[in-house]
Amino acid sequence: MPKIHVIRADGSTRDIEAGAGGSAMQALTAAGESGIVAECGGSAMCATCHVYVDQAWVERLPAPLSNELEMLECTASERRPTSRLSCQIKLGDELDGLVLHLPEAQQ
Amino acid sequence: MNATLTLPELDLDPYSPENLIDPYPMHQAVREAGPVVRLKPYPSVLACSRHEQVHAVLNDHASFISSAGVGLSNFNREAPFRPRSLILEADPPQHTQMRAVLSRILSPKAVMQIRETFAAEAEALVDRCLALSQSQGQIDGIQDLAQPYPLKVFPDAVGLEDDGRENLLVYGDMVFNSMGPRNELLARSTERVGPVTAWIMAHCARENLRPGGFGDQIYQAADAGEITHEQAPMLVRSFLSAGVDTTINGLGNALFALAHHPAEYARLHADPSLSRPAFEEALRWESTAQTFFRTAGRDTELAGVPVPADTKVLCFLAGANRDPRKWPDPDRYDIGRRPSGHMAFGSGIHGCVGQAIARLEGEVVLAAIARRVKAIEVAGPHTRRLNNTLRALGTLPLRLVPA
Repeated sequence: MPKIHVIRADGSTRDIEAGAGGSAMQALTAAGESGIVAECGGSAMCATCHVYVDQAWVERLPAPLSNELEMLECTASERRPTSRLSCQIKLGDELDGLVLHLPEAQQ
Repeated sequence: MNATLTLPELDLDPYSPENLIDPYPMHQAVREAGPVVRLKPYPSVLACSRHEQVHAVLNDHASFISSAGVGLSNFNREAPFRPRSLILEADPPQHTQMRAVLSRILSPKAVMQIRETFAAEAEALVDRCLALSQSQGQIDGIQDLAQPYPLKVFPDAVGLEDDGRENLLVYGDMVFNSMGPRNELLARSTERVGPVTAWIMAHCARENLRPGGFGDQIYQAADAGEITHEQAPMLVRSFLSAGVDTTINGLGNALFALAHHPAEYARLHADPSLSRPAFEEALRWESTAQTFFRTAGRDTELAGVPVPADTKVLCFLAGANRDPRKWPDPDRYDIGRRPSGHMAFGSGIHGCVGQAIARLEGEVVLAAIARRVKAIEVAGPHTRRLNNTLRALGTLPLRLVPA
């Protein structure tokens, strides 16, 4: 069961237990994390599950596909080199301890 | 030994008038019978109505393909009624290319550009409806509100001329009826659609599209070499097929939900910023697109049930949206719910490419109503317009009480 360490825009933090195999977005919304909206439900169609992946983890994630890159142009908060859509981050045991920073706004 | 023989079989026809009028008991029966079932009237089809399986089918586009059609008919055996859609009825890699163009044109960022115009149109229309409700005692939520709004704003954004837009309704009705069986609904649609198809195809041509609109942007993508000039009109056709009847009924269903849940409407009136979740919850509660099919592209399985290649799989989107395994108190319309993960727009690579625009339309119309209207009252019995795929209202008499 991978764990995700979440750091919100206001600096508060929490740890989330995720079921393996799902996406980071699914784990965050299942935990009721209000900093994630995920309007489209995980189809990379809305850019409202935007996260900043902690620098230490960026290289350990598979690179985003073109549809995710396209959608990252549409984030409500500034897009950074570490920006990802959490619905496109598939959680496996190798991502145990993943650190995600939440942006200020999703919409 | 064939394990599929032990599947539950239900004597239910999703396309019978009774089930089109009130599909929810059928969805429940299918969900409770098992994760995958057979339906007696369509013995070669496998059906699922639980959220988990509907989501699984729609998100495994390698096993469950779209190029054999997303309705009951299997294009491997029957010719489609029209040249197949380059995006809806296609698989990667062709689909990926087409999808990239459409999703850029309809992206959340592009939708921000049209937001102000769409909001202004919504406010003007709701003002007219409110005046009408006061002068004649009621309005028809469909004819006066849910229908004129998308018919104005979306073709405007595509770049279509004003005349003849009612053709989009006839065409949309046909497209969505064609995904069901060859029943009377389809026969009637087919009768009406004759001259309309020529009008639709003529309006997919570049010279009939305003420069800079969504339609013209498709031709710009062809100019840039992303797609061919032969593909461009076919992609414009997707706007004209799927962009109007869907949102009309999404809005109609949302008005129906709010009119029948005065306490939820009171919450919305008190806080118009809830208009977006209120529309979203209406999509979950009363899914506009009720069903979509996929076809097994190879021998595969679903919830442990073997699915032989070329089998049609019926996904009850609306059934998944009320699955108690996924949603607490699923039959309740609750605008405080966060229904992320509902299936009304589908899911996966074929998830509705216009969903950002659909949400914009729903949000700005409900926000305009919430700010001006104290209560939405049912002013008489509604009627349904039956369609093989869409949940649609014919009439919806409403009284709008000014704030």
